[in-house]
Amino acid sequence: MEKTDKQQLIVTVSPHIKSEESVTRIMWSVNLSLLPAITMGAYFFGPKALFVTVLCIISSLLSEYFVQKGLKKKVTVSDGSAFLTGLLLGMNLPSSLWSFSPFTIHIPVIGSVVAIIITKQLFGGLGYNIFNPALIGRAFLLISFPKAMTIWNTPSSAFFGLDAKTAATPLGILKEEGAQKLIEAFGDTTNLYSQLLLGHRAGSIGETSAIALLFGAGFLMYKRYITWHLPISFLASAALLAWVFGGKDMQTGKMLLFHGDPVVHLLSGGIILGAFFMATDYVTCPSVRRGQIVFGIGCGALTMLIRLKGGYPEGVMFAILLMNCFAPLIDKNMRTRVFGFVKKKETKQ
Amino acid sequence: MGVLTFSGGIHPPDKKELSKESPVTPATLPQRVIIPLSQHTGAPCKPVISIGQEVKKGELIGEPGGFVSAPVHSSISGKVTAIAEFPNAMGRMVTSVFIENDGREEWTALKDSPDYKNLSVDELKEKIKSAGIVGLGGAAFPTSVKLSPPKEKHIDTVIINGAECEPYLTADYRLMIERPDEIIEGLRIIMKVLGVSKGFIGIEDNKPDAVERMTQAAGRDPEIMVLALEVKYPQGAEKMLIKAVTGREIHPRGLPMDVNVVVQNVGTALAIYEAARFGKPLIERVVTVTGEGINRPSNLMVRIGTPVSALIDECGGFRGISGKVIAGGPMMGFALSSLDVPVTKGTSGILVIPEGEVIHANDFETCIRCGRCIDVCPMGLMPSMLSVLSEKAHYEDTKEYNIFDCFECGSCAYVCPSKRPIVQFIRLAKSLIKP
Repeated sequence: MEKTDKQQLIVTVSPHIKSEESVTRIMWSVNLSLLPAITMGAYFFGPKALFVTVLCIISSLLSEYFVQKGLKKKVTVSDGSAFLTGLLLGMNLPSSLWSFSPFTIHIPVIGSVVAIIITKQLFGGLGYNIFNPALIGRAFLLISFPKAMTIWNTPSSAFFGLDAKTAATPLGILKEEGAQKLIEAFGDTTNLYSQLLLGHRAGSIGETSAIALLFGAGFLMYKRYITWHLPISFLASAALLAWVFGGKDMQTGKMLLFHGDPVVHLLSGGIILGAFFMATDYVTCPSVRRGQIVFGIGCGALTMLIRLKGGYPEGVMFAILLMNCFAPLIDKNMRTRVFGFVKKKETKQ
Repeated sequence: MGVLTFSGGIHPPDKKELSKESPVTPATLPQRVIIPLSQHTGAPCKPVISIGQEVKKGELIGEPGGFVSAPVHSSISGKVTAIAEFPNAMGRMVTSVFIENDGREEWTALKDSPDYKNLSVDELKEKIKSAGIVGLGGAAFPTSVKLSPPKEKHIDTVIINGAECEPYLTADYRLMIERPDEIIEGLRIIMKVLGVSKGFIGIEDNKPDAVERMTQAAGRDPEIMVLALEVKYPQGAEKMLIKAVTGREIHPRGLPMDVNVVVQNVGTALAIYEAARFGKPLIERVVTVTGEGINRPSNLMVRIGTPVSALIDECGGFRGISGKVIAGGPMMGFALSSLDVPVTKGTSGILVIPEGEVIHANDFETCIRCGRCIDVCPMGLMPSMLSVLSEKAHYEDTKEYNIFDCFECGSCAYVCPSKRPIVQFIRLAKSLIKP
């Protein structure tokens, strides 16, 4: 009795138990899920790919550390979110940036600084940024260094030497020379599809291997870190539009309705990386599932609009960034249904 | 028909194994009881005894202070030593009656009714009312009021809540295992009072033996059905239970009677039977004393007014350094600031969380908008928005996000990866604005 009286009790509000989930655990899990894709990137594009990615990660972590120190905020470098931003940025860059003449090694560093300091921390840090930091970093670089950012190494040939050959991306070929040329470049359609699935093609470091990305995405879905709503609506709407409007008569240059190849569009560019890993960024997408479907459809539609009608061969990045602007609006207007709300309407009628 | 359930909800570890196997045993009689005159939702009671007066067990000590109120009885025989303000489990000061035990255990005269099955509806209602029965699930709403719906509401269904979805608690479980026939009789009395021919008993699927016992007890009665519900918190919340059992959804501001349903807890059904059959007032209840921080987790039959410290001692005291002592379950219970507070009609459990396992509310991060809280909210609200608006002092704006529809089940705060005290933010905003 005496003992019980002397003991101090802790008083807090309910609930008194919490799940073991944490931001740190989620962020590191997402980093882990990107491991297969970055491994394939390193395999196809050689050590340069790893150098570029590691450079991005290190500069992101340092940027986060110094800006938080400078703003006298709690340093959260270990929570994995800055690591993830660096990793995603690196995966979205060409491996050719690791080059001393012309000197382009500063480019990934600039991208990371823009991503972390301007896009994330100056907007208030994790949770408050409007745009996906890695994508803003990349967009900034694409606009600032248009030439360096579009030199694509051919896979495998780059593995040993630093003087890699360059090549156009499949979407580049598709845009400039047409579907027929793309198939010729890979031999036949089967070969084209399988090479795209595997990731044996020119492109950004981490975007090429569809199969490795899907493996990681499966892990995230299994862990329920992401749900199907956003990525599937993104891919489905893009596939539909690619099929309907993606066909082109090479002789006349006119559009051939219902002759597009959705498979090529889904397996090239950064759409899989974008749909599963970038558009699903919690902070910058709607948090209501219904809203995520709208967001996904918007991303898919804008991607295809840019790919088919815009000046760039690839549109995933700008599509997601544009939809980021609408995320708060979607959340505001597509709220969840409050329990019992329909009942009220029914009784009124 | 799929699994009976609602949408949203969470799956915390249920921890019922700690106390599940311990049969309900009477707690040692306390030296002194402190009986608050307000243990229920509604108007407090007016004391009808004076200091120095001798009272018997079951004697009326406080009469209802209004329509929504329930009388209070002495839980022991002894002498009234004081009538004074005393804190209750929520920390609020409540007028309480202090009674010193004389150890004689003398009952006051009770009105035994072996023929209770032939009593009229009004006689039954009167018995329930004068026994001071309130909902024993936790909310402690006066039962007689629930059993007297306005004329325009036609009640067609009675549900006995045996979900016991709060982790750790096993009080209702033990009652269903040990006294199923009396619970069924209680249900029959409720059905008779309300003139209803459809009675359900909803039990979470993690208690298959309880489902079996209750089904046996219900026998072949075509009017009573025992249903197994999905194991999911808050399955036992009234609205969720009604949704799971009947498919009906109550309007956010509505009551069960708006969808023609009355819900009563397992313990309440038992108390109703005892009141009707023996005229026994509500002077004791089953309390699960449990948690990793207690030496011998048990289910005890406890007299109302017994101090919490007595129960802790009875169960072998704290194991290690106690961190938190909670009245109720871990999801919606109240952390106690003192062990002197008495057990009341609404106390379903005393849970002791050891110091090392206490989650401190001040280490939280910003909302990353992951949407988990939105997925689990059983009311379909957006807790993330509510917490952010409240954090930034935009209290008025929380109304737009239906803050008053939140019943503070805590599912959102449970799943939040940023460990945000969402319920606290919501309570803060609720207290500063008007509906």
